[in-house]
Amino acid sequence: MSTKDEPLVEAKGLTRSFAPRGGWFGPKGSDVRAVDHVDLVVRRGETLGLVGESGSGKSTTGRMLIRLIEPDAGSIRFDGVDLLALADRPLRAMRRQFQMIFQDPYGSLNPRMRVSTIVGEPLVIHRIGANRAERKERVAELLEQVGLSPADANKYPHEFSGGQRQRIGIARAIACLPRFIVADEPVSALDPPVQAQIVNLMADLQERMGLAYLFIAHDLRIVQHISDRVAVMYLGRIVEEAPAAELYRDPLHPYTRALLASTPSGRPGSPTAPALSGEPPSATHPPSGCRFHPRCPVAEPVCSRQDPRLLPVGGRRRVACHLVHPPGSGDRPERSS
Amino acid sequence: MGRLLEIEDLQVHYDGPRGPVRAVDRLSLCIEQGETYALVGESGCGKTATGLAILRLVEPGWIAGGKILFQGRDLMGLTEREMRRVRGGGVGLVFQEAAAALNPVMRVGAQIVEGLRIHRGMGRREAWSEAVRLLRLVSMNDPERNVRAYAHELSGGMKQRVMLAIALSGSPALLIADEPTTALDVTIQAQILALLRRLKAELGLTVLLITHDLGVVAENADRVGVMYAGRLVEEAPVAGLFEDPKHPYTRGLLRAMPTTGRDGAAGAPGRRVRLQTLPGSVPDPSAPPPGCRFHPRCPEVFWPCALSEPRDLVVGPGRRALCFLHDPSVAAAPASPQARGDRP
Repeated sequence: MSTKDEPLVEAKGLTRSFAPRGGWFGPKGSDVRAVDHVDLVVRRGETLGLVGESGSGKSTTGRMLIRLIEPDAGSIRFDGVDLLALADRPLRAMRRQFQMIFQDPYGSLNPRMRVSTIVGEPLVIHRIGANRAERKERVAELLEQVGLSPADANKYPHEFSGGQRQRIGIARAIACLPRFIVADEPVSALDPPVQAQIVNLMADLQERMGLAYLFIAHDLRIVQHISDRVAVMYLGRIVEEAPAAELYRDPLHPYTRALLASTPSGRPGSPTAPALSGEPPSATHPPSGCRFHPRCPVAEPVCSRQDPRLLPVGGRRRVACHLVHPPGSGDRPERSS
Repeated sequence: MGRLLEIEDLQVHYDGPRGPVRAVDRLSLCIEQGETYALVGESGCGKTATGLAILRLVEPGWIAGGKILFQGRDLMGLTEREMRRVRGGGVGLVFQEAAAALNPVMRVGAQIVEGLRIHRGMGRREAWSEAVRLLRLVSMNDPERNVRAYAHELSGGMKQRVMLAIALSGSPALLIADEPTTALDVTIQAQILALLRRLKAELGLTVLLITHDLGVVAENADRVGVMYAGRLVEEAPVAGLFEDPKHPYTRGLLRAMPTTGRDGAAGAPGRRVRLQTLPGSVPDPSAPPPGCRFHPRCPEVFWPCALSEPRDLVVGPGRRALCFLHDPSVAAAPASPQARGDRP
């Protein structure tokens, strides 16, 4: 009844600002617009990779999709249901369908809880399993699914390595058979060989359970191995979105090109020259026009004046760049099918 | 070219919750003048402890044995006072947590000046202008203004430049860079690594680069030492290590290394490329396995591996490996053909 191309999560115009942290004595600055009119779709059973540097708004975007952060504006539909219109109680019931995996496998597990409690808690909350024995059995099953042993249920988080803790976090996330998981930098705190284990585990679970992922990361190398499509964010905006293989083979936005060029190739003796000078500007005072133009190696005068829109390129890609879509040349409104 | 640093049979121990831990065990390596030597391995393998041992900064652990010759002098024999001069002069250190290392209530310039006055005996005015020069050397933008900035006013990349300026203030011969770019965004990482390469060329620096990222190693190191569970298991010139890794652990690390795959690794459109992994996880440092410490995870394990520790063997020009696969005294013995495995 549901095909893979159907959108599971559909967000339009997501926007969120934060008051700057000035503290008591800090200056009263203007708000920081962390996410600015982001449209994105995650289809059933697919992985959308969301990449960008720190401060690009990727975590805020991910959390808004599952209403861990409330958007200031925009709409989110989950399986056709308007998430932002839901009252507390129906939202809570809905929550078993979308879960989160966090970056820090050390900070995201309660150190005083046994693994059985951590993984079993969602089952209690969502009233899954008739009794304690049934839940215990389910926890054992979940631990096996993520490559741990049922005997690990009686241990505490500190008895595990970083990679094993991330497996516990994944077991907790899949406990209620969700359909969508936001994974926020799930492997960036881990060593590369362990990263590979966790990414492969996530891919296996996806296949087995038909999960959809929003996989947030700053390392483009790892994203490639799990994503069907990749969206690139810069200062609160999506600047490019494409099927993964196309994005890596033929990046269109100068920022995507710079990110790929800055990523170590892993080939001896070919140093990566810095593709960009300078640092990302502050989101408090984003540059005029295209937000990337002050660092863009190919910027033209129009780029500082006019804000490029995220427009389709071919059937499956979108790019926000004046060089790809010269202003005034058959400029169509962004709203596509 | 000559040997700038020689480490012989280094032992670093500390008290773990379950008994004493050998963080670094019988480690020997030499670093030549002017080269970049990379130490790689997973967290807990002892690479950071090795770097800190050079500065004799391993507390609460201790250096339980071995020799560290720097410019021909055994650092283990120096008094604490003489050692302080090494830390402020001959050897500079930058590490990952630039934000945590800088004093939040002191202007960054003052933190550079501090070292210049103590170790180089400069006057106030001279030291401040030297601080500006050092910031310019590390390509800090607007050094005259930023010398008066506080750490919180600077981005992560700029803080790391300040750390580099502090490390360079004693005109070191050796710079120890421990995960210098791990906390930084990739475009900033590329800038800092390019800066390190430029400083190395301009100042004739020798660099000990400590990292878990083989991508960074490939592009920045001349020679590489691979550590596993406290031991140096392989050492090779960088091209040789990537083309023909001799230790099964190195092979596993290289296979698990993700790449951006623009050179054909990416599959057909819509097909994801599965990552190869190394099964299992690193051993508990207080109870390493007997024999070769890697043998429980090794795809090429055979009969001697669990029985005794492999010897440090020369396996080619400038190459060493700690592995029975290369030991002629056991290679002749019967080993199951499958266990020998194929080279990738």
